[in-house]
Amino acid sequence: MTEMQGQRTTSVQRPRMEVEFAGLRLRNPVMPASGTFGYGEEYSSFIDLNQLGAVVTKGLSLRPKAGNPTPRIAETTGGMLNAIGLQNVGVDAFISQKMPFLEQYHTPVIVNFFGNTAEEYAEVAARLNDVPNVAALEMNISCPNVKHGGIVFGTEPQAAYDVVSLVRERLDKPLIVKLTPNVTDIRVTAKAVEDAGADAISLINTLTGMAVDVKTRRPRLANQIGGLSGPGIRPIAVRLTHQVVQTVKLPVIGIGGIFRAMDALEFLIVGARAVQVGTANFVDPNAMSQIITDLENFCIDEGIEDINDLIGTLQL
Amino acid sequence: MKNYKTIVLSNQEISPGYYRMQILAPGYDAQARAGQFVMFRVQRSLPPLLRRPFGIFRTGFLAPDCDGMPPKEFIEIVYKVVGLGTEIMQDLHQGDQIELLGPLGRGFDLGAPDEDKILVGGGIGLVPLYMLAEKLDNKARSRLLMGGRTRDDIITVTEFERLGVETYVSTEDGSLGEEGLVTQVLERKLQKYPQATVYACGPMPMLDAVQRICANHKAPLQVSLEALMACGVGACLGCVVKGAGHSEETPRYLCTCKQGPVFNAEELDWRQLDEPQQDCGGCR
Ligand SMILES: Cc1cc2nc3c(=O)[nH]c(=O)nc-3n(C[C@H](O)[C@H](O)[C@H](O)COP(=O)(O)OP(=O)(O)OC[C@H]3O[C@@H](n4cnc5c(N)ncnc54)[C@H](O)[C@@H]3O)c2cc1C
Ligand SMILES: Cc1cc2nc3c(=O)[nH]c(=O)nc-3n(C[C@H](O)[C@H](O)[C@H](O)COP(=O)(O)O)c2cc1C
Repeated sequence: MTEMQGQRTTSVQRPRMEVEFAGLRLRNPVMPASGTFGYGEEYSSFIDLNQLGAVVTKGLSLRPKAGNPTPRIAETTGGMLNAIGLQNVGVDAFISQKMPFLEQYHTPVIVNFFGNTAEEYAEVAARLNDVPNVAALEMNISCPNVKHGGIVFGTEPQAAYDVVSLVRERLDKPLIVKLTPNVTDIRVTAKAVEDAGADAISLINTLTGMAVDVKTRRPRLANQIGGLSGPGIRPIAVRLTHQVVQTVKLPVIGIGGIFRAMDALEFLIVGARAVQVGTANFVDPNAMSQIITDLENFCIDEGIEDINDLIGTLQL
Repeated sequence: MKNYKTIVLSNQEISPGYYRMQILAPGYDAQARAGQFVMFRVQRSLPPLLRRPFGIFRTGFLAPDCDGMPPKEFIEIVYKVVGLGTEIMQDLHQGDQIELLGPLGRGFDLGAPDEDKILVGGGIGLVPLYMLAEKLDNKARSRLLMGGRTRDDIITVTEFERLGVETYVSTEDGSLGEEGLVTQVLERKLQKYPQATVYACGPMPMLDAVQRICANHKAPLQVSLEALMACGVGACLGCVVKGAGHSEETPRYLCTCKQGPVFNAEELDWRQLDEPQQDCGGCR
């Protein structure tokens, strides 16, 4: 078999790459992770958005959000810490200024969103519900609930249940709930979110971490604590994905440290229906494109006709 | 704006701890503007994980080989070894593979040819000023002021002189040129050329002093900033600086990578210096 720039040129039957879940139909299971791909436009000169399974936006809130002071990022061994502070243009500006760009493509748009209160979550969801070309919403519940002492919604099963239920009432579109790994037992949160009416679960968001500059003895992030992402977190993310797949009936999207097709395959094999690629985009803007090509090549090499035949085939 | 794999053409130490690297870079000569930068992927394996940003020192073409092939297009970067990534870079040799993303960001506004120009570079901050000096139409009316801690921090002087730009050197320890800070020299030059436009790149404390002097003289100022960045294309929002009019209630953050790295002084909130800085500010 010949290989040219990673694309097989022989007449081998191309595998079926489409995946369907939660009312979504994606041309392949690969999409960016929220906050690592801007609003799509930032990377559009490097990667054809029509190649992707979906586009996932930066997290949006009811009003524009300033984010944290700098330094906001710090590299660590095998990963990076970020405390961007969810800086975003706000849901209304997104709809009027960012959405038209994304509408030029045939790729489903998944809008990530969050709130400081349950009511805010519901209001953002309601506004996005009326935007025809938004395919689904991804709800980031790794945010502090300002009305309840700043406890992160996603770390309290009851709070997670309540906020997801409230959003569910206001939203007809598919609802993906993105879980935080910073909990004792993620299966409990996953179950709560399922019971509250989510259509799918995505995981993981970043793991909280901290790094210290030994010369100044100051935290390397102005916010002191940040979220760890990148290749170093992948085994944790695979484990959590596995546990959630075993616990709920909902389709699951796997996230965490995916840099290559082999990494994405780990998530698919433990049962994720799709994957999101985050930090890898910063390192290589062509990462998702390469992953898609290599996933296809893997299927060809392994004689797999449909990528769905691979999903959830973990041998125990 | 492109990302591709390419090779190192040469990599030489030009002063203790400072290197100059030539990289094969098709497309850059026509596209790159003074003040723009590249995101350099140090190696294909990890670490370091993230790319490193470097200003474009200059672009050009190698003298054609006799093989009838078109002349090779290159860029040069000049870097100071400060950490993991630059330590690995210093060991790269001709023919080594690297990855280059760029040209990125907003460059300098060259202004009108018939005005006086003062370029102020602190240490490694000199880098983007070379290409700027090269592009300026009236080099006879352009002056370069370079400052550093010691003589080792004064780099590429001869290159600037070869362009026909008058250069003034100052070092904090007096080991080369005038003893003291580059900003003293700026103060004098602005008295002599009150209509001058100023271009500056260097550590934040230097830029802050330059900004105050220019504001006093009502001299237009463009600054090129550095910040920690992950993506270089405006997606991660890691490298933001506060814009003019920023407040808790009406936040105005600008991306150094996309809306900069060159800013007009009045676009920025100069009070941000009061906050704890990342430790790199003082050392370069
Ligand atoms: C637009 C832009 C243009 C630049 N141009 C040049 C240039 O022409 N020549 C040059 O030598 N350097 C330049 N820099 C700085 C350069 O990117 C850093 O020195 C480099 O990333 C350090 O990598 P490292 O792995 O060696 O150090 P690290 O181990 O990552 O860090 C070592 C030290 O350098 C500081 N540092 C790391 N990254 C940056 C950064 N992006 N900006 C400022 N300080 C940083 C860290 O805080 C730390 O103190 C530029 C930065 C920007 C944003
Ligand atoms: C700079 C940065 C910004 C992020 N912003 C968001 C966000 O706005 N909303 C969200 O749900 N997740 C956000 N994340 C988390 C990612 O979507 C992803 O869950 C995490 O980075 C793990 O994936 P990775 O290891 O592939 O990066 C962000 C991550 C990074 C690195």
